[in-house]
Amino acid sequence: MSELLLSVADLHVRFRTYAGLVHAVNGMAFDVRPAEVFGLVGESGCGKSVTGLAVLRQVPYPGEIVRGRVLFRGDDLLQKSEAEMQHIRGGGISMIFQDPSASLNPVFTIGNQVARVVRQHTSAGPAKARRRALEVFDAVGLPDPPRIFRSYPHELSGGMQQRAMIAMALSCGAELLIADEPTTALDVTIQAQILALLAELRKTQGVSVLLITHDLAVVAETCDRVGVAYAGVIVEMGRADDVLHRMKHPYTQGLLAALPRPIHRGRQLQSIEGSVPDGIHLPPGCPFHPRCPRVMEVCRVEEPALFPVGPEGHVAACFLYAQEAPV
Amino acid sequence: MAANVERLEPQGTRRAARYREFRLMLQAFRRDPLAVISLVLIALSILGALLAPLLTPYGGQGRGDPNLLEKFRPPSRAHPLGTDYLGRDVLARVLYGGRSSLSIGFLVVLVAVAVGIPLGAIAGYYGGWLDSVLMRITDMFLAFPPLLLAIAIAAALGPSFTNAMIAIAFTWWPWYTRLVRAQTLSLREQYFVEAARSIGVSDASIIVRHILPNVLTPVLVQATMDIGSAILIGTAISYLGLGIRPPTADWGEMVSTGRIYFIERPWFAGSAGAAIFLVTLAFNLLGDAVRDVVDPRTRRAVK
Amino acid sequence: MPRWEYILRRLAMAVLVLVSVSIITFFIARVIPSDPAAAWVGSHPTVDQIAKAREQLGLGRPLHEQYLRYMGAIFRGDLGTSVRSHQPVSTDLRTFLPATMELVLASTVMAVVIGLPLGVLSGARKGSWLDHLTRLFSIAGVSMPTFWLGLLLQLFFFKQLGLLPLGGRVSMEISLYHRVQQITGFYLIDTAVTGNWVAFKDALVHILLPAFTLATYAIGLTIRMTRSRMIEVLNERYILAARVAGIPERSVLFVLALKNAIIPAVTVLGLSFVYSLTGAILVEMIFSWPGLGTYVTNAVLSIDFPIIVSVTLVVTVFYVFVNLFLDLVQALLDPRVSL
Repeated sequence: MSELLLSVADLHVRFRTYAGLVHAVNGMAFDVRPAEVFGLVGESGCGKSVTGLAVLRQVPYPGEIVRGRVLFRGDDLLQKSEAEMQHIRGGGISMIFQDPSASLNPVFTIGNQVARVVRQHTSAGPAKARRRALEVFDAVGLPDPPRIFRSYPHELSGGMQQRAMIAMALSCGAELLIADEPTTALDVTIQAQILALLAELRKTQGVSVLLITHDLAVVAETCDRVGVAYAGVIVEMGRADDVLHRMKHPYTQGLLAALPRPIHRGRQLQSIEGSVPDGIHLPPGCPFHPRCPRVMEVCRVEEPALFPVGPEGHVAACFLYAQEAPV
Repeated sequence: MAANVERLEPQGTRRAARYREFRLMLQAFRRDPLAVISLVLIALSILGALLAPLLTPYGGQGRGDPNLLEKFRPPSRAHPLGTDYLGRDVLARVLYGGRSSLSIGFLVVLVAVAVGIPLGAIAGYYGGWLDSVLMRITDMFLAFPPLLLAIAIAAALGPSFTNAMIAIAFTWWPWYTRLVRAQTLSLREQYFVEAARSIGVSDASIIVRHILPNVLTPVLVQATMDIGSAILIGTAISYLGLGIRPPTADWGEMVSTGRIYFIERPWFAGSAGAAIFLVTLAFNLLGDAVRDVVDPRTRRAVK
Repeated sequence: MPRWEYILRRLAMAVLVLVSVSIITFFIARVIPSDPAAAWVGSHPTVDQIAKAREQLGLGRPLHEQYLRYMGAIFRGDLGTSVRSHQPVSTDLRTFLPATMELVLASTVMAVVIGLPLGVLSGARKGSWLDHLTRLFSIAGVSMPTFWLGLLLQLFFFKQLGLLPLGGRVSMEISLYHRVQQITGFYLIDTAVTGNWVAFKDALVHILLPAFTLATYAIGLTIRMTRSRMIEVLNERYILAARVAGIPERSVLFVLALKNAIIPAVTVLGLSFVYSLTGAILVEMIFSWPGLGTYVTNAVLSIDFPIIVSVTLVVTVFYVFVNLFLDLVQALLDPRVSL
C-alpha cells in the first residue's frame, strides 16, 4: 500500500452555542491516498464540511477541534504553528467551496486574486505570477485565459467561476484538493464537466481530491474510494464500487434503498425511520442505533469500531460484523 | 439524488420551535451586561417621569411655578441639581421634563409604525401601480433632510407638543413603510403564500395571519433602535422653540433657555442635556442588544 | 453604453424628486398653516397687510394655480422676505452660505477621516479593547444631543483649558489687524491663498470646536456602519477562501476585506454631510458662527415663516443634488453596478 497522503484519526470538533454544546465531529477517521478521489458522503449535518475545514484548521468560531490527528504526508497538522499552516494552505492542501460566486472576491479581478495566491507561496514577481495564472487557467480548461485574467467574478458563468477556483487551488502545487460540495450550486451539465475535470486532475496533475458531498450519484461517477459519514463518524468506508453495491452498514443500505430507481416502479418508496440526531443530544453507543432495523443490545451501549467487511480495506462500523478484530 | 427528505412539521411543533427560539433569545439577552444596564436606565427614567410628583418636594416648581428668591443656586443639599433662572429646582424640572421628552419619542415611533405597517404591507403585497404610487410618495418625503422637514412642518402648524409630534412623525413613517414593504415583498414570494392563495384564502387573511407576524420582528427591532433617535429629534425641535411651551418642563427647552447662562452656571442646561443623553444612550444600547440577539448569526456565540 | 443609461435614469429621477419636493414645500407654505397670509406677512400684521398678502399669494385661487404662482416666484429668485428684518431671503442666503459651507465641509472631512479608519479597525479587531472603546465612543456619539455637546466642549476647552476660543470665525484682533480678504468666503482657503498665515491659524483654531461638535454624530454613525459592514464582509465565503489559500491575516483584513467594506464609504460621506448640514442649525448659534444655522435658528425662534420655508426648500434641493452626485460616484466605483 502506498504511503497515505492524508490520514485523519479520532477527530473531534465541537461548537459552543447558546442552545448547547454541538458535537459536530465525533471520532472521524479516514485516509486519502495519493492520486485518488475520495468521496466523503453523508446527509446535511453529519459533520463532513466541518471535517474539511478542520483539516486546514479553519473551523469558524465558536467551533474548536478538541482531539485528533490529521497527518498530511506524515506530519500532524494539528501540532503545527500558524505560520507553518499558512504555507500548507494553498501550497500543500487547497480547498474549494460550494458556491463559486460567493468564493470569489467581487471587487478584484480573477487574475488579481490568483496572482496574489501565487505570489504568497512562491517568490514570483507580478509578471511571473501572471504567467503561472494563465498556465493554470489553461490547465483547467478556461477559454481565453488573458480575458479571464482581466475579468471580474460577476462577468463569468458559474462553471467558469468554479474552474477559476480550481485553478487558484492548484496554482501553487497543492497535492490535496478538498472540494466541499463543488457542484451542488451548478447546472447538471456543468456539474458533469467539473466532476470530469476533478477526476482528470488526478491523472494529469497527480492531485488527490477529498470530495465532500451529499449526492450519491456524484460519488458513483467520480470517486475511487468512499467514506460514508453519519452523526460525525464514518460508518462505512472502502472502494466506491464495494460501498455502493455491496454495502454492509445498515445506514448505507437504507440510503441506497431510498434512492428511487426504475425497478421500484409501482412500489412505495422506502425511507429510513426516524431522523438524524441533533448534535447536542447524541444517542449513546452507535449513533445510528435508534433508527437501525437490525439493532442489537450491544449497539445501544458501546460505540462500534470499524470492522473489516470486505476486500481492499472495506470496513463498516457495525457490531453485525464484529467477529473479526477491528481495523 | 439526495437521500434527504424534507419533513413537513405539523403546526404544533412549529409553534414549539418558535417558543424555544424566543427562550434562547431571552437567555442571550440576559447575559449581555449592556442590555441589562440599558433596561435598568430606561426603567428608571420612565419611573422617574411617571412618579415625578412623588419623588420631589418641589412638584409645583417642576410644573412651572417660579421661586424668584432662590434664583441661580448651585447644587446643594436642598437642591441636588441647583435652581434655574426662575429659582425652580432643577431636579424637579428634569423629572417633569421627562414626561414630554420621553412621550414624544414613544409616540412618534408608534405613529410611524402604525402608519408604516399597513401601507408597507399593502404596497408590498399588491405591487403594481398601488406600490409605485406609494413608493413615489415615500420618496418625496425621504428627499428632505429629516430635521428640516420636521422644523418646517412644526413651524407651519404652530408650536405645541402635538404639532411637534405630528411633524416628526411625518419624517419617520416612510422608513417603516419601506421596511415593511421590503419584508412583504420577500415573504410574498415564499411558497406558503402561494399555497394559501391556491386553496382560496383571502388576501386580507393572508396579509394579517401570515405576512404581518413575520414582519413584526424586524419592525420591533428597528422601533427599539429608533426610539432613541426620536427622543433626540424631539428635544432638538423643542430646543428650537417649536415644541411644548414653557412653563411646562421639557429637556430641549431647558437646554435652550439655559444656554446663555451656561459658561458660568452650567447646572440646569447641563442636567437637562445629560438627561437627554443618558436616555438616548440607554435606548440605543437596548436597540443594539435586541438586534444582536435577534440576528441568528450573532446569536451563535459562546456560552 | 449601459452606464449612460443609468446616469440618465438617475437624473430623470432627481428631477421628479425635485418636483415633488417643491409640491410638499408648497403645501407646507400655503396649505398647512391656519392662516397662510398672516404667516407670510409676520407676527403683528395689520388687516391691510394681510389683505394685500392674500391677493399677492393668490390665496383665493384654486390650488394648482397657487402652486404655479409659488413656483413662478421661486424661479424668479423671490424666496420671500424676512418678517423681522424685511430683507429678501435670497440675499440673506447668499450672505450666510459660505460660512456654513466651510463648517459643514470641515465637519464632514473630520467625520470621514476619523470615522472610517476607526470603524475598519474596530470591525477587524472585533472583541479587542480597541473595539470596545470605539464602540463606546460611537454609541455615545449618536446618543448625544449636539446642542448640549457644543456647550460642554465650550465649557471644557474654553473655560477650563483656555485652549480654544469661545466662538466666531476669527478673533477681534485678526479682523482688525490681519483682515481676511473675501474671495470665496471660505476663510481657510482665502487666508491660505493670500498667504495670510496668522489669520489662517486663527481661523483654523476657531473652526475646530464647532466642526468637531457637528462631526460627533456623524463620526459615531460612520464607525457603526463601517464596523458592521466590515464584520459582514469578514463573514463572507470569499474571505474564508482567501484564508484557506494561505493569505496572511493582515492582507485578508486590510486589502481583501477593506476594499469591500469601504464601498459604502460614499454613502457614509453623504450621511455625514447631511447630518452636519442639519446639525449646523442647532450648533452655529452656540459658537456665534455667522452662518445659515444662526440665521435659521433666529428665524425659527421668532417663527419667521418665509425664511423657514425657503431655507427648507433650498437646502433640500441642494441635498437632492448631493445625493445624486454621490449615487453616481458610487456607481462608477463599484464594478458590479455598471449593468
